[in-house]
Amino acid sequence: MTMTTADRRWRISDSIRIGLVGGIFAVYLCLIGIVEALGDRSVIEKLVSVGQTLLLLTAFGTGYFAAQQALAAGASRKTVTSLLASLLAGLGTGLLLGLLVLLGYLVNVRAVFINVSPALLDSLTLGLGISGVWLPVAVMAFVGLMGGVVRALPASVRSPLIVGLGAVVLGGLFSGLVRPPMIALKGTPEKVARFLMGPTGLTPWGAVIVFAVVAAIDITIFQASSPVRKSYRELPPNRRKIARGTLLVLAILMAIVLPRGSGPFIAQVVVLICLSALMGLGMNITLGFAGLLDLGFVAFFAVGAYTVGMLTSYGEFGLAHLPFWVVLPIAVLVAMLTGAFLGLPVLGIRGDYLAIATLGFGEVVRLLAGSDFLAPWLGGPQGVIGIQKPCLGWLGPFVGTDVPRVCHGIELGGPKEIYYLALICVLIVALVAIRLRDSRLGRAWMAIREDEDVAQGLGVNLIQTKLMAYVLGASFAGLSGAIFAVLVGSIFASSMQLLVSINVVAIVVVGGMGSIPGVIVGSLALIGLPEAFREFSAYRLLFYGAALIVVMIARPAGLWPSVITKRELHVDLDDETDPAASPSAASE
Amino acid sequence: MHTSATERITDWAVWAFLWGFRILVLLIVVVGTIQSLRSGQYTSDQWIDFVVFGIARGSIYAVLALGYTMVYGILRMINFAHGDVFMAGAFAGYFVANGFSRTGFLERQPVVALLIAVLFAMLVSTTIAVVLERIAYRPLRAAPRLVPLISALGASFFIEYSFRGFFGPGVYAYPAVAPLAGEFNILGIGVLKMQALVVVAAVIMMAILYTIVMRTKIGKAMRAVSENKDVARLMGIDVDRTIVATFAIGAAMAGAGGVLFGLMFHQVNFLSGFVPGIKAFAAAVLGGIGNVVGAMVGGMVLGVFESVGPALFLGGVGIIRPYQLQDAIAYIMLVLVLLFRPSGILGERLSTKKA
Repeated sequence: MTMTTADRRWRISDSIRIGLVGGIFAVYLCLIGIVEALGDRSVIEKLVSVGQTLLLLTAFGTGYFAAQQALAAGASRKTVTSLLASLLAGLGTGLLLGLLVLLGYLVNVRAVFINVSPALLDSLTLGLGISGVWLPVAVMAFVGLMGGVVRALPASVRSPLIVGLGAVVLGGLFSGLVRPPMIALKGTPEKVARFLMGPTGLTPWGAVIVFAVVAAIDITIFQASSPVRKSYRELPPNRRKIARGTLLVLAILMAIVLPRGSGPFIAQVVVLICLSALMGLGMNITLGFAGLLDLGFVAFFAVGAYTVGMLTSYGEFGLAHLPFWVVLPIAVLVAMLTGAFLGLPVLGIRGDYLAIATLGFGEVVRLLAGSDFLAPWLGGPQGVIGIQKPCLGWLGPFVGTDVPRVCHGIELGGPKEIYYLALICVLIVALVAIRLRDSRLGRAWMAIREDEDVAQGLGVNLIQTKLMAYVLGASFAGLSGAIFAVLVGSIFASSMQLLVSINVVAIVVVGGMGSIPGVIVGSLALIGLPEAFREFSAYRLLFYGAALIVVMIARPAGLWPSVITKRELHVDLDDETDPAASPSAASE
Repeated sequence: MHTSATERITDWAVWAFLWGFRILVLLIVVVGTIQSLRSGQYTSDQWIDFVVFGIARGSIYAVLALGYTMVYGILRMINFAHGDVFMAGAFAGYFVANGFSRTGFLERQPVVALLIAVLFAMLVSTTIAVVLERIAYRPLRAAPRLVPLISALGASFFIEYSFRGFFGPGVYAYPAVAPLAGEFNILGIGVLKMQALVVVAAVIMMAILYTIVMRTKIGKAMRAVSENKDVARLMGIDVDRTIVATFAIGAAMAGAGGVLFGLMFHQVNFLSGFVPGIKAFAAAVLGGIGNVVGAMVGGMVLGVFESVGPALFLGGVGIIRPYQLQDAIAYIMLVLVLLFRPSGILGERLSTKKA
């Protein structure tokens, strides 16, 4: 749509077209309501809200892109043309937005699009009403031009500028999370927090400082010519491994102390990230390694959760009143059996048909779990409640229905304690996944992923190998479900939606199919961020959908591609000197 | 070639499982049918109502299934977002019909008003599908098969939650249309006028589509592209245009189907398209994917089974409140077809070879 070949000369219509696409996007952002929903959060206090920033970023990107395209098209007076192009693009974006504002004031657009509210319109015209319709047009055109200016700057100036601005936006977003705990610490941290951040976003001084600090960091560390980068590159491979190992240990240490200082909310979020990472690691085996898209993955999660629920609950549906530690392996085993049971018939089906068949199975499991037919055992829509929390120590005897058993020792009651359980499981499972990837079985999976027929020809037993992928993936999901059950303390069929499966697919795809660190990055990005921004949570699935499309088109290898994928696509991001480096070095 | 013990065990397990599954399903069907017919819980009139309702609902699945079957026939791709294109049509039709209902135009000229609503819905659905094809599918045409499927999955969620953003999570109630209330009496069977309309409209749409595919130039191009894209291109066919046309025609029918859905069930919501979409895909597979007539047959069969099944099969084997498992019947049928007869009831016609 916006691509042109290099041999074509730049034309005005190209820039206008880019501007209109940007304008459609800006209007879309307004119509879905994200601009208004994020209107209360500011990037810079009393100056720019997050919602407005989204629109400004759109204009900036449009201008930047238009300038880039004009430069690529080889115009004669490069700088002037690219600036003109960016101005035009910004103007196009602004005109569409202005049109929306005008329509919003004249007609009752709200009867159809519920988000075109007076509050939104006022935030676009800064409260000027219909006489301020020119304002968004002018601002967007100006910001578009700024995009062009930034593009025209030399790369060494451009990069810290963009990174610094990005940091200000992120800083504004995160300030709501960072400020309260810092204020709670009293003393210097409180003073710093109050200076940098207001109740809704960064203070103007805070924004300046964040920008300066991050731009400086970008110049000294991340730019290709920076001394830190250079010295890292000059290290011998084994020392580099040590450097990377140190970073990993630091990351794990940070993960360990993270929920200590924070409130229960953060703890809850990090547990959810861990549980998604667990499921992601399972899905990474079936989808990432073996290339089997399973849209019914939630079934195994459900089986793990219900097994724990039924065997440990002190409620009505408790069967055995066993301690959690006994049930945990049972839950994983039952999940594996379910994996084999559901996997056996469908693994003969290929590719996209498999996705639909597994989707069907997943839905059948949910429908059965929530039905009155199985309600005497699974509680139906009311679910299984009163799940016994795990206890490190001696568990008191079962006295009666609906009476929790007494834990003589440490009870893993809240999310803060269960977090460590989940974290340990993630580490173990990640280790298992790494070993599996490098095993004979792992290579067989990847052979199947690349070409089933060739793999079969080379002596790989398709059904057996696929079944192993299915069963092992299911076991990780079952583990995740088991921990989820004790985290929440109750299990409902309604939490076993298809959306859970989609979440996991999104994590694996966005993180990078077949990449183990990618799963962690994916869970942080896709579960952590939306949980952290409550206003954003209504748009989470919208964002997932867009992310799936964008990743598939622009970065099929994902955010953190696996080494094998990297090697295949010839993107030597790490400029590895030794192509035959042992696979264990690749575990980052 | 030697086979190890574990391989033999897996092979045996697969074999045992498949047969066990067949026998189990057969047992449920046979025992359930006998039991529920003997118990006489439902009168024969009620059974007929179930069937008629099933045919009406199946017609909507059939209209949707046509879109799936055409896109699959040409691109070998499950257009996951097709159900949401259908939902978009239902929404578009709702806003037109609701507007007309407020001005009183719907009362005065119901036929014209509904026609405009349907046309507008078709326009909206087609636009969305064409944009979708351009953005989410065309760049991935050369990619491995899983890639466009994931992109389509993303597109489905993107459309759903965009609509949630536009119109909120609430349920919109379609206005009632007076001439569609009441029922006809056909051969002593009472059929709601609405149901008759849906079935007739679906059959007409299928006939139009069949004519397009079999008689027109663009239909010929579609069949050629479905056989072999490269050769078709060599023969001077604009492959991109043909694919866009396929998406557009499928989406136009989905849009019309969306309005029919809204008129029949009187409600639309941003998730309205997802489950019908999956069931329509099941119908397309059931009838034989790539086959236009098969989609129709598959839709009807699925609709009737889904309508009759809970009472006839599940109720008969003693499952309480079997209608809760109504959706499960569609999914199980889908899995059964994929397992035992992947070519569907009528086999494939548009394409003989699947990549």
